[in-house]
Order: sequence, then structure tokens, then C-alpha cells
Amino acid sequence: MKTAVLKGGRSLERQVSLRSGARVEDALTSLGHQVVPLDAGADLVQRLKQEEPDVAFIALHGPGGEDGTPQELLEILGIPYTGPGVAACIRCMDKVLAKHLLRSAGIPTPDWVAFNSTAFRELGAGDALEEIEARLGFPLVVKPGGQGSALGVRFAASQDDVPEALVSAFSYDDRVLLERHVPGRELAVSFLDGEPLPVVEVHPKEEDRFNYEARYEIGRTDYVCPAELDAAETMEVQGVAARAYEALGCTGFARVDLMLDADSTPQVLEANAIPGLTDTSLFPMAADAASISFEELVARIVELALTRPVLATKSR
Amino acid sequence: MVEQQDSPSPPEPRRLPAHRRAHQTAHDLERYAGLFAQRTRVMRSSAMRDLMAITARPEVISLAGGQADTSTFPPETFAAQMTRIAQESSAEALQYGPTEGFEAMKSAICGVMAAEGMAPDPEDVIVTTGGQQAIDLVTKTLVDPGDPVICEAPTYPGAVPVFSSYQAETHQVEMDEAGMKIDQLENLLDRLAADGRRPKFIYSVPTFQNPAGVSLSAERRDRLVELAREREVLVVEDNPYGLLRYEGEPQQALYLLDGGDYVIYIGTLSKILSPGIRLGWAVAPPPVMEKMALGKQATDLCTSTLAQYFALEYFAEDRWRSYVDGLCEIYRSRRDAMLEALQRHFPEQATWTRPQGGMFVWATLPSYIDTSDLLAKALRENVAFVPGAAAYVDGQQGRSSMRLNFSGFDEDRIREGIRRIGTVVSEQVALYQTITGEHRLPAGSGELPGPHAHRPAPRGGDVVPLRGHREDGQRDR
Repeated sequence: MKTAVLKGGRSLERQVSLRSGARVEDALTSLGHQVVPLDAGADLVQRLKQEEPDVAFIALHGPGGEDGTPQELLEILGIPYTGPGVAACIRCMDKVLAKHLLRSAGIPTPDWVAFNSTAFRELGAGDALEEIEARLGFPLVVKPGGQGSALGVRFAASQDDVPEALVSAFSYDDRVLLERHVPGRELAVSFLDGEPLPVVEVHPKEEDRFNYEARYEIGRTDYVCPAELDAAETMEVQGVAARAYEALGCTGFARVDLMLDADSTPQVLEANAIPGLTDTSLFPMAADAASISFEELVARIVELALTRPVLATKSR
Repeated sequence: MVEQQDSPSPPEPRRLPAHRRAHQTAHDLERYAGLFAQRTRVMRSSAMRDLMAITARPEVISLAGGQADTSTFPPETFAAQMTRIAQESSAEALQYGPTEGFEAMKSAICGVMAAEGMAPDPEDVIVTTGGQQAIDLVTKTLVDPGDPVICEAPTYPGAVPVFSSYQAETHQVEMDEAGMKIDQLENLLDRLAADGRRPKFIYSVPTFQNPAGVSLSAERRDRLVELAREREVLVVEDNPYGLLRYEGEPQQALYLLDGGDYVIYIGTLSKILSPGIRLGWAVAPPPVMEKMALGKQATDLCTSTLAQYFALEYFAEDRWRSYVDGLCEIYRSRRDAMLEALQRHFPEQATWTRPQGGMFVWATLPSYIDTSDLLAKALRENVAFVPGAAAYVDGQQGRSSMRLNFSGFDEDRIREGIRRIGTVVSEQVALYQTITGEHRLPAGSGELPGPHAHRPAPRGGDVVPLRGHREDGQRDR
């Protein structure tokens, strides 16, 4: 089978994507696929047309990769692809939309307020900061509306930190969220074909939060998988995550990140339509804990892509 | 790495059998993590490094580089030199060489140093694989884990990982327009002495500093050399840019002032010939030199023989001074273009240094702008710079500053690059003002001394101090 691996691209998570892609290529090769590595650039469509792969493995992260863009292109070209479809990608990438959908579905997610920069520039949103801060309390988390790998995420311990944190977050996206900080245990539930894998718990070693460096450097973070939760807690966490997975319309695979707060209530932070597949990524770790090797995982993901109908039919 | 899919590809490299790589699991990770040496805990990868990888894309105007413009070197000269080497010295050029470097190379290096008035004994010279290896060898030779090392704040970003990997306790001394503040250095030495400690060395780029672009004043040079002698501390003088002067009178190297007793000198051909040939050197007192040679033997046996042959051909023609003069002409004009563009496109809240030579301008923005985050926004506009935090050991200070390189691109690209950065900075400044309702916050928000808190004039203006950080308590940590 001829399998294109889409990786790299222009997003800030390019390096992460290249690491995911390289690992996927190795797995595909040993599975006997004819692998076509494609660095997603201006010639992507042209290359796809030339190569005519049977399936595309999307190992892109961040805007332009997991926001529905390449998925839409692959639909048009009639090439089956891995991971969630266009709509689910759009919902997951847009953290604000995702949180609205979660809240509508009655799934616990930390309270938040979201603005684009126009609100500040043209509508004087700055004058509402006091009310926002009163509602969310301190510390609060400021994050870009559509960016992965914790890039641009800032904690504001007090009022003084908020404007600076906003300016930082607005460097990554035109829309930002101010979110209530939920102290607790950091958990991730990965899904393969709608089935939850064992829960991963993240303990950053040095930093006070799971930031970009801690995510991708071996030895910087301790992971516990399966997380030390009792059976009831595990059920609860996986159940809430599954509802989020469904509410966002995910198919194929995805990862839901949650906080288990002081009352042992799981609160959903976000869902990742294309979770990282690097050596230090949580998704392969969860699969491993379920005795699914990386190769098996990749094989399953490709199989799911091939069984899902695509909109256009190939005209060769 | 950017893949080059259109160019003819080399034969498929032999890789590890795929099953061995794909089988890496959580257990493997823990196994490797358990094997890592202690020193790797301080060897950090960073979000910044991943972002810098994106700057390699061809559409990006990267003012983040630090390279000489090698397109100025005539290809026909290159071809002729390499042909001559192949015809006359093929076997030798392909062979190992002495660890300390060829005698002829050492003499040629002494010739380069003579251009700045220095006259070292060729026997005291060791040829290294770039100036970077000289920094590494000095640190390897002198520093035990936990030993104090002192450098400038901000310092050469490439020195930080060297000090870290030998587990030095790195202290940084603030600079202003006249370089490292020697009174603060003295205070630091006193504080260390009070604990019965003495730094192994003071690392400095005294002339056209990377990243700040400023030079140590004559008085401070005298005082630094004096202090080194009084306290019996070594000074490591890293001087890659001394010959790239575009205005003003040449300054005396610390090595010249001291006579080589307490100053270890590091030089490089990267800025006056080619960074790709990886040729640098160190001049050190003989006992230090011996240990450095042993250290080099362990690292790479010898500096590339072929590179030395190439450099010798270049020096043999005796036109290297005119080549460097040509470079100075080119870079002067580029510096001027950058300073003019900064004046035109950066908002009034920004300040920057005005280098008389070298390759870098250090710009400081209002304290509420984090340049690591700003880089993400700038990259969307296809322009890049080095965020200031890279020049601080703790990665926390310098967060509102940036290093801008003017040697790598022609004037039009520099102007366009600065215009793009100026636009994103102005947007963030305006955004901050609408968020807070505040207006006209000065750079460094109130911590700059009054007389310096103005914008430099387009020509002949003052150089502003380099402070862009907020918490005084974090300095000299």
C-alpha cells in the first residue's frame, strides 16, 4: 500500500510534527507500506496528485495541520486520511468553540471568557477586565484560542500579570481565552476508534506546569500510565472524556486533556484532533499501556482511515 | 530540517531497522532517561530552538543569523585554491594533522592578530575547530562542576550551553554602552571571595559584543586587566569581530594590554573568511595550552587538515586584508540601513544600541512584550530575530530584548525585515495600550536612568543601556 505521511508544514509545531512523522514512517515501513514522506508546503496538492497515495497519514500539528485544512484538501482529492474529519478538526483546534460545545453538552470545563483583539481595539474590552477577573479569580490561565503544545500559555497570578499575558497570547492567535485555573491532577485520555485507552497522568519534574519544553524532552517529565486512579475514578474520567470526544465529533483517534480537581471532578481542558506521536507523546504511551505496540497503533489508525467513507471519489 | 524534495536526492541512507525505532515505548524512555548523565539535566532543548528551526525557510528574512555573507567570496578564487591544493598537496590535505594545528597556520594566525597589534608566540597558539571549540576547550580545561564562571549580561548565546554542559555556576554582569560594568564585576568578585570562592574565568566579548553590539571602553579594559592580575583570575577574551570596524578608532585587545599572562585569547576565521571551514584558535599560557591540546586530542584529534590548507592558500595570496576591508564596506552600509530602518519603523517605546562594528544590534522593547512570544507573530510575517532570553543563563532576563543581525542580508532585505518586525511590535504596543488604557510607557518601564531613556538619534546618537529586564534581584544570581 502506498501511504503518504504529511508532516512538517508551516506551523510553530513543525519540529514536533517532523518527529511524529519520522516515527510513523518507520512504523509504516516495517508494516510493509510504500511510504511517501511529504513536507506540507506550497506543492502539497501537486505532490499528492503525482503520487496518488492510497491513504494519507496526517502527522501535522497546530494551525494548518489539525485545523481541518489538509483534511479538506484530501477530501477534495478523494484520498482517505487518518484522524478525525474536517468538522471535528475545526472544533478541536478552536478552543473557544470546543468549550462552548462542551458546556452545551453539560460536560464540565473550567469557566472562561474569550475575546479577539478587536474587542480590545474597538470595543474597549479592557474596561471589562475587572469583572472578568472577579468572575474567574486568580491565578487565571491566559491562552491563545488555537495553538497546541502549550505555546503562548501564561499564568496570571494577579491583576498586574494579565495585560502582559494577553499580549503574549495574542502573539499566537487573534483570539485568546482567559480561563479559571483548576488545580489538580493533569490527566489525558486517548481514544482509538472511540475506545478509551488507559489514562495517563503527567507530573512535570521541574516546572510548575506541563509546558512546551517539558512535553518534548526525554526525562523532563514523569508519566504514570495507567494513572493511579481507582476503578470508579477511572470510569468517571474515561466517561467524561468519551462524552467530550463525542460532543466534538471525533472519529479515528484523538486525545482529551483533563484536570481532576480537588473534588475529584474531571474537568475537560481541550481535545487534540491529532495528538502528538513523538517519543515523549502521551498517545503512544497510553497505547503501550494497553499492550498496543506503536506499529499496531499505526496499523489500526490507517485501517480506520480506509474504512471511513470520503466525500469525493477518486478519478484516476 | 527542511527537506529538499526537488533537488537530486542522495542514495537512501541506511537507517536502523524500522522495527527497532518504532518500538520505542514508555519503558524505553525511562530506560534512556535513567542513563543520562547529570550534566544533561542542564542541557536544554527549548521551544525557542524549535522556533528557530522554522527561520530556515527560504521565504523568511532571518535577522536571527550571525553569519558572514559568504557570497562575497569569489567562487573562482575558491575553485583555484582548491585545485591548487588537489594538484600540489592532495595526500597531505587528506591526511591527519598535528593536534595543535600546522605551523604555517599558526604563523598565519599570528599575522591576523598582528593586524590588531598583537604579537603572540606561534608556540602559544592552538588551532581549533571554530572559535566555539576554543570556548569548549577552555571550559573543559578549567571548570569543575559548580565552579563559578562570569560572563556579560547579555552574553554570546552559544557560550551558555558550553558553560551549562560543564555544570559551571554562571554569573552574569550587567553591561551598558561601555560594556561590562567593572564595578559590578568587582562587587561580584568580592561576594564570591567572601564565600572563599574565585571564578575560574571571566568570559568577555569586549569588542562589538555579541549580542549587544557595544564595546568595552578603554578605561574599563585597563581596569579589567588590572583586576584579573590582582585577583589572579583568568579572562577569556573572545574576539571574532575586532577587525570588522566601520567607524571610530581601534581599541586595544585585552590580550595586548595584559601581555598574555591572565588573558586567554580566542579568535576565529568565521567572520573574516568563512564559518563553514570551522577554523578558530586560542592563545593561552603554556600550561593551560598543554591541557587544552590534550582536551582537543580527546575531542577530535586535530582540526580539519583540508580547512587549514584552504585557509593557508587564502593567506598566501596576501589579499586577505583587502577582502576584510571589502567586507567592512559592505557591512557598514548594511548597519546604516538597519539603524535607519529601526528609526523609521520601530515605535518610540523601543530603544537599541548603535554598534561601531561587528554584526549585531540589540533592541529593547517595552517590558510587557516577551520577544519569545513575539517571534511567533513575527514568523507569520516571515521575519525572524533572536529573542533576548537566549543571551541569559537563566533564560528569564532579557525577555523584552532581541538581537538583530545586519551582516547576512542586503540593504533592501534588512529594511523590509525591520519594517515587518516594527509592524508587529507596534501592533502589540497598541494592543497593550488598549488593554490597560495606558499610553506612552517608556522602554524598560521606568527602570532606565533618565538621561538615557531617549531614542537614539539616527546618526551619532547615544547608545542606550542594555537593560530590558524587570527584576533587579535576578541579576547576578
